[in-house]
Amino acid sequence: MTDRLMFSRRQILKTSAAGAVLGFAPSLLPVRSAFAAGATIGFIYVGPKDDYGYNQAHAEGAAVLKGMEGISIIEEENVPETVDVQKTMESMINLDGATMLFPTSFGYFDPHMLAMCEKFPEIRFRHCGGMWSEGKHPKNAGSYFGYIGQGQYLNGVAAGHATKTKKIGFVAAKPIPQVLLNINSFLLGARSVDPAITCQVIFTGEWSLAVKEAEATNALVDQGADVITCHVDSPKVVVETAAGRGTFICGYHANQSPLAPEKYLTGAEWNWANIYKMYVEKLVAGEELPNFTRGGLADGFVKMSPLGSGVSEAARAQFDGTLAEIMKGGFSVIKGPLNNNKGEVVATEGQAFVETAIELESMDYLVEGVVGSTS
Amino acid sequence: MTEIASGPVASTLGGPALAGALEWAARRAEGLVIPLAALIVGMALFSIFIMLLGKSPAQLFDLMWRGGFGSWFSVQNTLSRAAPLLLAALCVALPARLGLVVIGGEGAIVLGGVAAAAMAVLVQGAPALIGVILMGIAGAVAGGVWIGAVGALRHYRAVNETISSLLMAYIAIALMNHLVEGPLRDPASLNKPSTHPMDPAFVVGAVPGMDVHWGLVAGIIACVISWILIEKTRWGFAARIAGGNVRAAQVQGLAVGPLIVGFCALAGAFAGLAGMIEVAAVQGNANASLASGYGYTGILVAFLARHNPLAIIPVAILLGGIDASGGLLQRRMDLPDATVQVLQGMIFIVILFSETFYGRLRVFNPDLWKRPA
Repeated sequence: MTDRLMFSRRQILKTSAAGAVLGFAPSLLPVRSAFAAGATIGFIYVGPKDDYGYNQAHAEGAAVLKGMEGISIIEEENVPETVDVQKTMESMINLDGATMLFPTSFGYFDPHMLAMCEKFPEIRFRHCGGMWSEGKHPKNAGSYFGYIGQGQYLNGVAAGHATKTKKIGFVAAKPIPQVLLNINSFLLGARSVDPAITCQVIFTGEWSLAVKEAEATNALVDQGADVITCHVDSPKVVVETAAGRGTFICGYHANQSPLAPEKYLTGAEWNWANIYKMYVEKLVAGEELPNFTRGGLADGFVKMSPLGSGVSEAARAQFDGTLAEIMKGGFSVIKGPLNNNKGEVVATEGQAFVETAIELESMDYLVEGVVGSTS
Repeated sequence: MTEIASGPVASTLGGPALAGALEWAARRAEGLVIPLAALIVGMALFSIFIMLLGKSPAQLFDLMWRGGFGSWFSVQNTLSRAAPLLLAALCVALPARLGLVVIGGEGAIVLGGVAAAAMAVLVQGAPALIGVILMGIAGAVAGGVWIGAVGALRHYRAVNETISSLLMAYIAIALMNHLVEGPLRDPASLNKPSTHPMDPAFVVGAVPGMDVHWGLVAGIIACVISWILIEKTRWGFAARIAGGNVRAAQVQGLAVGPLIVGFCALAGAFAGLAGMIEVAAVQGNANASLASGYGYTGILVAFLARHNPLAIIPVAILLGGIDASGGLLQRRMDLPDATVQVLQGMIFIVILFSETFYGRLRVFNPDLWKRPA
């Protein structure tokens, strides 16, 4: 394995040999010429790449690379976390000559991407999710991920000013640490405006299940919530349903303001363009690629959607103030004294967890003020 | 498509023997020519759709060939994707021979996977072969009970099996989520709740010389066994009678109840086995990725194969190939993934429509030859 892996000679030989033998030449030509000039990079998505959510956030990041000299981007959407994704990776390597792959869904890592890392030691794999660990996983693999909890905290600040009923709502996929941190952050952000605010959460149980997401949104509105956010793969249904019921919305994953321009307050978005550009620039320059990289708002991994028309002056001021605070670094959303919603202490007076704190990675509670249960 | 008078008519004269052979060939050809024609019509309709999108159908079919079958890599890619469809399709095809439309195979797959993963944890450290067999039994029993219950509800309580199997698939997925996120969860699986990883000794590997796991072989064997069961045994014969007319079967004294429950249970057992293979050969544990839609694609495969277990094999490979080439279409032609679904849908509709031609086309039906046109 060479570190200067703009393109490996073996890979070119293999591809062109396969092309010649199997008569692939005509359809491979455009790819090969682009490939010879730089690198072919593959992106794999678990859902549609225009889902206004998780996958679109990655596709928007990938789209930025399309303008880069000598780089060709190949993409495949709706690839399930089964043997399908393994074959998609192999196909991108064998048929398109990809030398770097970004399988973006969390469930692609183990066992699928790891199996391919072993099979293709000269190809680089970087996975979204932060699971790579030194010594345990292969060197040609790696992880990148963002701390987006503080984005949900800022969503909460905007929501805290917008709510009149003092009830806000959260449509969540599964009670896993990442999602729980987002729910807790959203509520705590709102409580930084008014400590009387409560947040009702409904878990749908699936990452993508439109019917349940719509039902959950309606149920939250029926119970009086007047600002809704979510953590599901595609927030489209939640946003449109909530806007249809006349509530405000805070976005997640990508910018959903085109779906409800009047009702969209702000949103916590991934800023993958930054990360993908970093990787590819290093790749082109022949530099070492980091195996593990993470960051939050202050590091440019996460960004906020522009504030919408429903955001008041007071809200804007507090939002900007909090954002400035976060950008300084070392900001803690989870800090004591803080109880969970069963009355147990999760942080004592003076205890604070910055976003990188390892304790947050195994969060299994909902904080006081969140109405709902993790099981 | 019961072929009762399928053998050549015995005769001592050359003329009638030739006519008999012709009749035999005509009846046989029907089952081959009609689906192929339907496939071609489906592809032709799809070509029009592709042209409307401003793309070249020639390039599309060229890419589909390359992506699905054009190289050894593509063939293996296709077979890998076809493997789970074989067992999933049997879950639809077997009850269909009894006249039941069971569309909830997904539930049996998911529960079979969970049961197998739980068994793997339970018998950790056992000799590999025993471990794998026990996992297979656990998966098959879980799936068999699930779809067997659908059959029992149908026969003893007159609950529509199509609706109940579909609803039970939702329950099965919810049950899997509960088990995987609750009692069976590996505490180390933080953001992707999964069961404990199984003993690496139990991994079902690849068929020698191929990059395709043993699930393919298991699926083919299951298809052959099912074909023998239906075509060559008295149970299969009874099932076909009951499938044709339940009342008639009951009048004949056939035990329709056990027949329905048994066939459904066997169908579910195959789907459960598919779930077990998914765990043992691909995932290494049970998690939400088990519900990836194989059960639903299986419906398509079974209908395209007209519920003939042997025909399931080529149809599953065809759909595996379409699936395998789908990625290439996205990458090379910039078509959305939905394109492949449109193709599958078009083929499905045309094949269903083509059902109306069986027995009605003169050329394939010797009974019509004797009558004036």
